[in-house]
Amino acid sequence: MRREHLLLGLLAAALLALPLALDRYQTSVLVLVFLSAYVGQAWNVMMGFAGLLSLGHALYVGLGAYVSAALFVHFGVSPLIGLLAAVAVCVGVAMAIGALSFQFRIEGVYFALLTIAFAEVARIGFDHLKWTGGAGGLFLPVAGSDGQWWNLRGGPLFFYYVALAMAAAAFALCAALRRSKLGYQWLAVREDAEAARAVGIDVTRARMSAVVVSAAMSALGGVVHVFYYNNVFSAQIFDMTRSIDIMLAPIIGGIGTLFGPILGAFILVPLGEGLIFATQALGVNAPGAKAVFFGLALMIIIFLAPNGIWPSLRKRLGIGEAKP
Amino acid sequence: MLSVEGLDLFYGDAQALAGVTLDVPQGAIVAIVGANGAGKTSLIRAISGMLKPAAGRIRFKGADITGQPSHRVCNLGLGQVAEGRQVFPSLTVRENLLTGAMLPRVSARKAQNYDRMLNLFPRLRERLGQAAGTLSGGEQQMLAIARCLMGEPELVMFDEPSLGLAPALVLQVLDIVKRLNGEGLTCVLVEQNVAASLKLASHAYVLENGAVTLSGSGAALLEDDRVRRAYLGL
Repeated sequence: MRREHLLLGLLAAALLALPLALDRYQTSVLVLVFLSAYVGQAWNVMMGFAGLLSLGHALYVGLGAYVSAALFVHFGVSPLIGLLAAVAVCVGVAMAIGALSFQFRIEGVYFALLTIAFAEVARIGFDHLKWTGGAGGLFLPVAGSDGQWWNLRGGPLFFYYVALAMAAAAFALCAALRRSKLGYQWLAVREDAEAARAVGIDVTRARMSAVVVSAAMSALGGVVHVFYYNNVFSAQIFDMTRSIDIMLAPIIGGIGTLFGPILGAFILVPLGEGLIFATQALGVNAPGAKAVFFGLALMIIIFLAPNGIWPSLRKRLGIGEAKP
Repeated sequence: MLSVEGLDLFYGDAQALAGVTLDVPQGAIVAIVGANGAGKTSLIRAISGMLKPAAGRIRFKGADITGQPSHRVCNLGLGQVAEGRQVFPSLTVRENLLTGAMLPRVSARKAQNYDRMLNLFPRLRERLGQAAGTLSGGEQQMLAIARCLMGEPELVMFDEPSLGLAPALVLQVLDIVKRLNGEGLTCVLVEQNVAASLKLASHAYVLENGAVTLSGSGAALLEDDRVRRAYLGL
């Protein structure tokens, strides 16, 4: 057995058993870690694999959340079915954005700007959409429904295992994609789109499939997000800062690596939570104090490991993940 | 095997190709020579489907491929080794080779072609796990050629394969072209190294300002006064 498989197995076993040793708050922090790793993995498919920078990835998470929540609130549709609708909507939007940009050869930063534009349109649109509660937000009924797993109703422990399964599945899926024919096409396109075209790769199709896979994955992230929090506000879920949060884990962990998004999430989420306590304990009540420290921490990490933490950590552990 | 008829190509208002007509018979090495900016690379990119011509016809193996997207043209067996050794720098040599086998027509024979390339280019075998960007210029050119051959082309257009290589390597690369041709590969050779490529070519075209101004057998062009004065400095 190869060393990375052994380490991965140990990590999985530890995470499966971990809730036994955690209180409710710690469990909920880890739910955020797994969700962040999951959505980070989805973002990484576009940026890390296919070289498409999405600066508005909150769009897909938000759409996934709104579609499944609205179906549940208005029609009592189980999120397990609502998920399909959420994925369908996100894939549709992703294909529209993809068709627009690849048709008109919008690439690089211009593509990134387009993704922001769509997220902003969604934020403003949902702010005015009465059917989903407008700016007041959409709330899921909470009382008396605990334990209905088919409606994604449960406490932190339930969501711990849901989110853990998602993060693990996304990791496995990305590892498989990375080695697939499609994965090679993505990497070729990321490296040099013109050269990829010259060797006969359908660049537009490769890019489109990356956008679609990423959007579909993100949609599921949104579904679980809204059923975990029981509410969704367009001003928050589609906000630019959400899109940045989504990117940070894979960037810190290592863009284009499989384990980077997971490692990044394990560092950033607890760091953010820890800073809340730290600023309170230090009596720093200035608004934004946490953000300042968070930003400083990010700068230090980026300075020490410009390619992300995982590539340098991997070398020290002697693990040979396929090169990004 | 490949025929081009009256090809016009524009970049915006600037005309890059004007009525280019040429013919590449099966099994031949056809050289295209000309100064920088004469339209050699534009011609290759138009034939391969990466640029859309404004007028003209391109036929390959009897089929009209004018305006077809490059991945389809490539899958028909018309490959190219693009200018400037466009290997994928942070992918390994192995991964670079595999990206050449993405064509639907050849993906079933990926493993055989992979072995064939390593036998053809033993240098690459020693470098399989290395990032392609760390190879020497000559090795990168070998890799670019091998990657193209992974797609089992019947005709390959080589765009300046010896560009930026040391003289000894230039000869080595041209020797590879010759050897591949000996194995039945039809070759279009665009080269700045006019003397060497004319010697190699059974037929050659001189491109000037986007138009063919002269054509003939490689040997005849080598003797032509205009070619000797303009390109060979004689």
